[in-house]
This record gives sequence, C-alpha cells and structure tokens, in this order.
Amino acid sequence: MKRIGIDVGGTNTDAVLIDGEKVLSAIKFPTTSDVMQGVVNAIGHVVSSQAPGSAPVDAVMIGTTHFTNAVVERARLDRVAAIRIAMPAGASLPPMVDWPDELRDAVDPLSFMVHGGHEYDGRPLVPLAKDEIRDAAMKIRDAGVDSIGITALFSPLTAECELEAAEIVRSVIPNARITLSHTLGRIGLLERENVTLLNAALQGLGRKTIDAFKDALKQAGIDAPFYLTQNDGTVVLADVAAANPVYSFASGPTNSMRGAAFLTGLKEAMVIDVGGTTSDVGCLVGGFPREANNVVEVGGVRTLFRMPDLLPMALGGGTIIDPETRKIGPRSVGYRITEKALVFGGDTLTTTDVAVAAGLVEIGDRDRVKHLDKALVADLLKRVEAMVEDGVDRMKTSAEGVQLIAVGGGAFLIPEKLKGASEVLRVEHAGVANALGAAMAQVSGEVDQVFSGMSREKAIAEAERIARARAVEAGASPDTIVTLDTEDIPIAYLPGDARRVRVRVVGDIAFMKDEQKRAAGALH
Amino acid sequence: MIRDFEAGEIDPLAVGAWILGTGGGGSPYLAQLNLKKLYKDGKRVKLIDPQALDDGDAVAVVSKMGAPLVGQERLVDPAHLARAMQLMEEYTGRKFRAVMSVEIGGGNALSPFLAGAMLDIPVVDADAMGRAYPEAQMTSFAIGDLPMYPLTLVDCRDNEAIVAKAASWKWMERISRKICTEVGSTAATCKAPRTGREVKDWGVLYTVTKAVSLGRAVLEARAAHTDPVEAVLAHEGGKVLFKGKIADVDRTTTGGFLRGSAMIEGLDDDRGSKVELAFQNEWAVAFRDGQPIAMTPDLICLLDTVSGEAIGTETVRYGQRVTVVALPAPEVLTSAKGLEHVGPRAFGYDLDFKSVFAA
Repeated sequence: MKRIGIDVGGTNTDAVLIDGEKVLSAIKFPTTSDVMQGVVNAIGHVVSSQAPGSAPVDAVMIGTTHFTNAVVERARLDRVAAIRIAMPAGASLPPMVDWPDELRDAVDPLSFMVHGGHEYDGRPLVPLAKDEIRDAAMKIRDAGVDSIGITALFSPLTAECELEAAEIVRSVIPNARITLSHTLGRIGLLERENVTLLNAALQGLGRKTIDAFKDALKQAGIDAPFYLTQNDGTVVLADVAAANPVYSFASGPTNSMRGAAFLTGLKEAMVIDVGGTTSDVGCLVGGFPREANNVVEVGGVRTLFRMPDLLPMALGGGTIIDPETRKIGPRSVGYRITEKALVFGGDTLTTTDVAVAAGLVEIGDRDRVKHLDKALVADLLKRVEAMVEDGVDRMKTSAEGVQLIAVGGGAFLIPEKLKGASEVLRVEHAGVANALGAAMAQVSGEVDQVFSGMSREKAIAEAERIARARAVEAGASPDTIVTLDTEDIPIAYLPGDARRVRVRVVGDIAFMKDEQKRAAGALH
Repeated sequence: MIRDFEAGEIDPLAVGAWILGTGGGGSPYLAQLNLKKLYKDGKRVKLIDPQALDDGDAVAVVSKMGAPLVGQERLVDPAHLARAMQLMEEYTGRKFRAVMSVEIGGGNALSPFLAGAMLDIPVVDADAMGRAYPEAQMTSFAIGDLPMYPLTLVDCRDNEAIVAKAASWKWMERISRKICTEVGSTAATCKAPRTGREVKDWGVLYTVTKAVSLGRAVLEARAAHTDPVEAVLAHEGGKVLFKGKIADVDRTTTGGFLRGSAMIEGLDDDRGSKVELAFQNEWAVAFRDGQPIAMTPDLICLLDTVSGEAIGTETVRYGQRVTVVALPAPEVLTSAKGLEHVGPRAFGYDLDFKSVFAA
C-alpha cells in the first residue's frame, strides 16, 4: 500500500513516500516559478529512493492552494454565466449580490433569472420557463462564454429543473462546461449559488492544473490514480476535482494537522504549523481538524463549506525582526529567506537567525549570527514564546494544559515549554507533515437533503446509505467507512415529519489489486 | 423624534437582533443584504420615536412567517412585505403612518425596514416582544388583549390572503399558519394594524435602538480583541449560565414547530456538568444536570464563545463552543398576565417562573 503525498505551497513543495504507516522517504523543495517542475523533481526524488524492483506506487495525493489563490488574487478565472431558476422568488437578490466588487468584475458575469424551481415538498414553484432558458443560452453563446453555473430553487431536494436546463443549454452550446448547484451545495440558495459560480469560474484552471499534474506524474514515471485533497482532510479523484475545483479549495493547514495526528498517533491535541510567513494554530478532534463555528468565506465569498477552525498568526521562519524596537513581524522575507536572512549572508534579521544564534537549529552559516547579543537573542525568544502562548490560549476550550504538536518548516521556533501546554511534541518528519497528511487522506461521502413521510430513524438510515454510496463512488473501500457527523433538522411548520438530514462518512481509499487494474485496463 | 436610520447601523442591528432572537427569528443575513442594497439604490429609512405617534395613527406590524429553512432557499424580497402592507391599506381603507416589527429577534427585526424603505414609511423604534417567540398570541399586543385581526398574507406568486376575523389570538395563529404552509411555508404578513395609542401603551419600546447598540458593543469588542460575550453581558445586565461544547442536538417536529433540545457539555469551570437547552423555535428552558436554571420569558441566548455571535436553534450543531447567557426580559412579559402567554407553562413546562435575575 504505497502512497506519495505532495503539498504544493507558496514557499515549498514537499513530497513523501509512505508504505502503510511507514515513511520511506521525504523531501522539501523550494516552490519554483514553474510549479510543475518542482512537482516532478519532488516525485523523482522520493521515488528514486526505492530499491529497484520494489512494488509500484498505489496512489498519489496532491494538496494545492492553486484554486484558492486564484479566487483570492482575482486572477486566472473564466468569464461565467449564471442561470438562476427561482423566479418569481428571490428577485431582489440577484446572483453574486454579496460578492466583493473586484471579484465580480474579474468573472465579468452574464446573469439570468428565469422562472421555475421547486418547493420544499417537491411541488413546482411555477412551471419551468424553457423558452427563457433557451434565450439565455443563446445570449451566452453569442457572448462566447462557456463556463456556466445553473442553480435552481430547492435543487438539493429535486434536481429536475437543473438537469432539464443543462440539456437545453447543451443543445445550444454543445461544448459548454456546466456546473449544477445540486452537485455541490446544500440548502441555502445564495451560498450554494456562490459555490456553483466560483466553480464555473475555475473550470479552465481546474482542467489545466489537473492535466499539468498528470504530465508531471507521467514524467516522473508514476502510473497510479491520483487525488486532490480537500478542506476537510479527505480527497477526491483528480478527474472529479478537475470538474469541481471548489472541492479542493485547499488546505495546507488541514493536511498539516492530519499529518500531525498521523505522526503522533494523537486524536485530540493542538497543532501549530509554522511556515515561512505565518503559523496556523488548530485543534484536532477525533484525529480531524476542528471545524469553524461560523460561515466560511473564500476570497470574500460566503459559502457553507466545512473549513477547519484556524488561528493564523504572523509568525514564521522568515518573519522580519526590527533589532531597534525588537518588534517581531508581521512582515516576512518569505521565499527570499535564502538571500535575505543573516545566516544566508543577507542583511535582514529574521526569526530563523535568532533560532540559529540560540542553537535551536542548524540552518545556513552559524558564524554570521554569532555577533548577536546573547541578551537580545534571549529576549526575542521570550517574545516568540509569548506570541505562541497567546495563540494557544485563544484556541483552547479548556483551562487544562493541552498537548501541542509542532509541525512545519519553522517548528524549531516553538519552545520546549509553554504556558498552557502540558507538553510540546516534536516528531520526525514534522517539516513535511502537510505532505504526510495528504498521503494518508481519506475519502468522504456526504448527503444533505430533506426527507419526509418516514420516521427519524428511517430518514437517518436512508441518508447514511446514500452517503456511503457516494463515498464508495468517490473511491472509498466500503468496509472501512465510518460515520463522522450526522445531524437532522426537522422543518418547522412543515407537515409529514419532514426533516433535513445531513450525514458525512469517511473511509480509506480502496486500492485496486493489480488484477482488477488489469481488468479495468489501467495497466499497460 | 424622527431621525435618519444610518447605513452604518444595519450591521449592528443585525448582530444585536440575532442575539435578542434567543435562538429563533432566523438568521438576519438575507434581510441585511436586501436592506444594504436598498440603501445603495438610494432608499432610506426613518426611525420614529413611538412617543411621536399620534394616538389615532395607523401602524403596520409586519413579519416574515414560515420555516427558516425555506427562507434560506426562497430568500427574502422586500417587495412582498411592502405588498402585504399595501393590501392591508386597501382592505381597511386607511393609510399607515409608520411600520414596526412584531419581534426584534432575528431576521424579522429588519422586516419593517425593508417594507419602510420600499414605501418610504418610517419605522417605529419598538416591537411587540423584545425578543422572538414562535406564536401570534405571544406578543405584548396579545397580552394587552388588543384585537387580533385582520391579517394579510402574500407570497411571491401573487397569492394574497386576508384573514378577516379570528375568534382569538390562538385561532389567528392556527389559520394563518395553515395558509403559510400551503404557499410553501414562507410568506410575508401584515398583522392586525395598531393605533399609535396601542403602540405607546402595549409596544415594547426602543428595542431597535437597543439592538443597534448591543450589536455595536459586540462588533467593537471583536475589533478590539476583547471578549464579545462580556460585552453582551455588560450591555444588557446579563448573566453567564454555562460555558461548554455542543455534544448533541435532538430536534423533532411536533405540532408544526421545531422542538427539541441541545445538550452542552461543560468546559472550564463547568466541566463535569451538562446543560440541556429545550426549545420550541426559541430557547425556552435551560436545565443544568436536570434542574431548571433559566426559563422563558428571561432571554436565554446561545453565543459563540469566541465571536459572541448568536447561534440559532436551526444552526446549532455538534462541536460548537458556546456560552449560554441569560438577559432580562421586558416587564410586560414577566407580569402575571404576560406569564400566562409566554411563561414556562405556555410552552408545556410545569414550572413556576423563577427569574435568573430575581433577588
């Protein structure tokens, strides 16, 4: 059961090769301007460490911030068309009404609100206006737009209108790349539509990115299915990810936290992931990152995504220190650390220089920081300690000391003893925890819909059945599936004991045996 | 006496109203978006002091009615609230001088602002609950035995209903609820019109100002990185009841309401204890290890421990870190007559009302 995990971050590209629970090889490369070359190099490195004739790699898991970055930077996005099927409901809040202006401008949308959609109980709101959809499709075609997001009222309960609209659009625009909201979101029209339109805007980048990863794997001589990691520490097959980039709104921190759980065997602990520019403090609950309480915004857009509850802090290995005021951060030299930091012959005092001077870590040339005043170094370390203690304290939900796992390239900055922590854990491979988290990711299946005319138990059982089927469809091995989260909300004022049920299950990835692969034509 | 309601007050109003919603009233987000859009389009709302109303003025009482889940999907459209008001004017033949909310809790706190902006009619700085409650007979106007009809109800498809008469507040609740369910469990309503005199005598006054100022206190605390929950307590003279983590949410629909309980496991000083929050749309009674520690009409609010943001009965979920607080209720609710309408027994709990704030 060999897997490669890769994390493509802004500063570094990390890769690991694991066999079951054993780490065979790990590497950290600076992220190059040609991102894919870095991926090829990293894979090449971990694969070349294997003895000749050893078993091939079963799967590759990639974590990347590509898609989030595109939204945050308002760059590399497609022009989109929005078709909302809900009129006469919701007329006052058109598509993208709550998007930041500059993001809306970046996708330069064509918006159409047409009549149709359903009620909560499956009755049509009004008859579907097929002629309005056809008109919209022709306008979209004439504008040369082919990334389209379709959102219909109550589509998570009945997808009829979205499917019918997609057919009409395809008859007008055969090569349209259509995102249907019911495949992505749950109840909550505006948030579901937001995710649908972000997804439409990322179609081009999604396809391009996945193809580039495919080429990189080919160049590295890997013939195995590959997956992209998601916000919740699970993965999806790359081809599914290409069509649904929003599923992979990445998550270095999630992977780091999952990697921390894997490396320590702890299911309940606090994790601090120290990168080049920032640190993220999060909590593991049951081996997974604790989710945020609130609605999560991606690049300023409100979504109902599940995201880990993280506290970002401006403290990393490249954080700049003002020797006069002794102020730490918030600016960082980032990936330019290898030219700017004192230990690399630069002229900027960074946290790494202080750590080297204090003998906490061996990086660059130690002689270049031996002139630093001992008292100054001690004082700066105290300040770092105070920052970390504050972060830990703010994320804690109990007064007791917690176990704190320090991971990431800058983990050496975390002191041995901290107020509020019962112990600080350091583990081998902590620097590539994120790639490890990617390598050991699971797949999930989720359902979120309204059931009526059955008992609560029946409804939950039915939801679990659907969620499990979806997990299997996404690549999970059926006998490893466990239910991670279940909730049901009966709908106030509605007859028929109607309830909205949401169930999420996760399972380990099913690896096809060689004979199955051969049967599936996956081996050449 | 009458002043402009500033754009900068919209967010604080929503934050404060969500807290005063005691778990119900629905998330204000969609109403907030609508109101900001109306302001962007140049519309404005005036806020009128209830004391500035003439005794004979006609005042509209508007609200959205239905299931919060449906509202999330069908969204909120100011045009329908405005239409419900116009329909009432057509039916009664009287023009409204002002408009007010039935409840200052949750999204419905903003409903009169949406209608007011559309029709250029001032909003009264008052409501009829000082919080949120699920049923028509749970208003201060019902406690005052004021007339309960007529009522108008409209949906997005041009369905328009008038309940000309009802035998009691409870009958009005039952009949209007049936219509609402039939049109998709979301509708805009204009309740029985009030006179200026009735508002002054039986309204819960200055609750808009209170919600704005409460929301502002929370937002300022967040910005200053001080404790927003503390800010709520200081502002309202409230008390912390419990701090913990949501361990289970059990919800069932009975009698057309969202009923159930949220179980909270204690953290910090409350470790080892459990609190059960029982609800009917709104939080009704809090039991600590089986013993009641807070009950309606005292406001029981569930807040996000970190952000101070309110958590609703439909949005509470496993794992949230929460603080349960109690805030004092308006006097009209704690009077003997008030308790008949909104005390624990009105929600099916055989308990004598004992306020958290009783000496």
